[in-house]
Amino acid sequence: MTTTRRREALAAYGFLSPWIIGFLVFMAGPMVASLVLSLTDYDVLTSTQFVGADNYRELFADDRVRRSLANTLIYTVLHVPLTMAVALGLAMLLARAGRRSAGFFRTVFYLPTVTPKVAVGVLFLLLFNGQAGLVNETLARVGIDGPDWTVDGAWIKPGLVLMSAWSLGSTVIIYLAALQNVPRDLHEAAEMDGASPWARFRAVTVPMISGALFFTLIINTISSLQTFDEVYTAFYGSANQQTYGNDAALFYVVYLFQQAFQFLHMGYASALAWLLFLIIVAITLVQVRLSRRFVYYESE
Amino acid sequence: MTALQEPQAVTTPAGAPDRRPGRRRRHPWVLWTALAAAAVVFVYPFLWLVSASLKPRPEVFDNRLVPQHWAPGNYVTIWSAAPVLTWLLNSVVVALAAAVAVTISSAIVAFGFAYFRFPGRNVLFALVVGTMMLPGAVTMIPTYLIWNELGLAATQVPLWAANLFGSAFYIFLIRQFFLGVPRELFEAARVDGAGYWRLFWRIAVPLCKPALIVAFVFELRASWSDLLKPLIYLRDPALFTMPRGMKAILDQFGQAGEARWEVVLAGAVITTVPMIIAFFLCQRYFVEGVATQGRKG
Repeated sequence: MTTTRRREALAAYGFLSPWIIGFLVFMAGPMVASLVLSLTDYDVLTSTQFVGADNYRELFADDRVRRSLANTLIYTVLHVPLTMAVALGLAMLLARAGRRSAGFFRTVFYLPTVTPKVAVGVLFLLLFNGQAGLVNETLARVGIDGPDWTVDGAWIKPGLVLMSAWSLGSTVIIYLAALQNVPRDLHEAAEMDGASPWARFRAVTVPMISGALFFTLIINTISSLQTFDEVYTAFYGSANQQTYGNDAALFYVVYLFQQAFQFLHMGYASALAWLLFLIIVAITLVQVRLSRRFVYYESE
Repeated sequence: MTALQEPQAVTTPAGAPDRRPGRRRRHPWVLWTALAAAAVVFVYPFLWLVSASLKPRPEVFDNRLVPQHWAPGNYVTIWSAAPVLTWLLNSVVVALAAAVAVTISSAIVAFGFAYFRFPGRNVLFALVVGTMMLPGAVTMIPTYLIWNELGLAATQVPLWAANLFGSAFYIFLIRQFFLGVPRELFEAARVDGAGYWRLFWRIAVPLCKPALIVAFVFELRASWSDLLKPLIYLRDPALFTMPRGMKAILDQFGQAGEARWEVVLAGAVITTVPMIIAFFLCQRYFVEGVATQGRKG
């Protein structure tokens, strides 16, 4: 390397140094530490005991792990496709509205996403209240006897899914941006060839925005698997420690948080964290795999 | 973009609606009904929240939008029952520290990736992008132990200090903007004897302000809304941020049987309103920031 090149490389690493330090101290280091911790019994207060794979064995026998994992997966499987489908529908409507009105509605749809999840949790408890909540009252008007959303174990997750759909605004904006990038002549050509609206949707719209669809699929899945704030707000805490509807609202990160910071089972919680990590990596890899078949990149 | 302004097609025979995509039909009522209905669904919970927080207790579940009896006293009650002002100020301090820290550090790192060619650049950048997928839950416990070792676990420092080292998503976002700066600008400054820091601070940063503002407002929002970290770190109620305080209010006033929902709701409004105001002030950046994700995706 020439001197200038070397000097330039040195300067580059200088600019990167905050990230490199942060990566070592707050990511790589903690990952290794968490892996080591997961093989121990550690409660901060007394000395650490090496227990080998015990935590992992325990974890597979733990009913609440199974329960929380099932809850989280069910929620994700309902939440992600619903969010994507509704958001796409709204984005397509917006793409057809005039520019000014699209801007207005875009703001309206995005607004709920700036609402802190703590407030969303509170809203959930009240709007979805089985006796007098707004949701059931509205349902009653069309003759439907709404369920006890916040108490009935079978309805807690569907209720949360509906509530979470309220904050799909960013997905709408991402889709709208992608739709606006679809060249018009493609649609016109397809129509000239006699393609029906549905055929055009499948053959033109979806492939052209598949990058955005894929992006939101990955991002929404990862964040959905880590749902915490709104669920913890609504169902856990110092006052309401009772188990609602047989742990129906026990989400994975809620359980992990309890193990780590309420029971101080840091070792066990670290094993839980690693299981979550592996699950997220596995799901993401499967999604990436599948996406290769349908994601279209203009640059390729 | 210009295509949106093109005049309406005039060739459409009367009575036959022009269904060609790209040409907007005049007043398609289905479109407007659907949009309006959706808008109601999205806005109504806010209206309900604010209205219910202004109702006396027996009326909270009375789903009228305008209270029959007004009870602004709910806000007085919560103000005297909890150190709300302290919590709000804590939130402001923490969120500003988090947002300033992450914006500056991410910009510095982004410049490193955008301007320089150096060995290992692609590998390192792939690593940055890869960390976006790392769930916070994996690093949560050891990170707590680090702050605990440093004696800072019960302070607000852990809520923002890690932001001093940049964050993958913002590095990625800002780098895209830096890449758009014409290289000749940098070269010209180099010839004039400017150092790398000057290139960054005097050329790249001023030209990419929108990206920096996007990072700033995104982090402001994320930090303001976060409940998990304050739950882990903050013990002393005097240090609580507003969402953590809100959770305490809910635990105290939302207990089954004697729930005082009107007070809880006033707390929820106080937690939410600052973000709504921030949103309306920097709307453009919120929306543009999110829209960029889709284009890069």
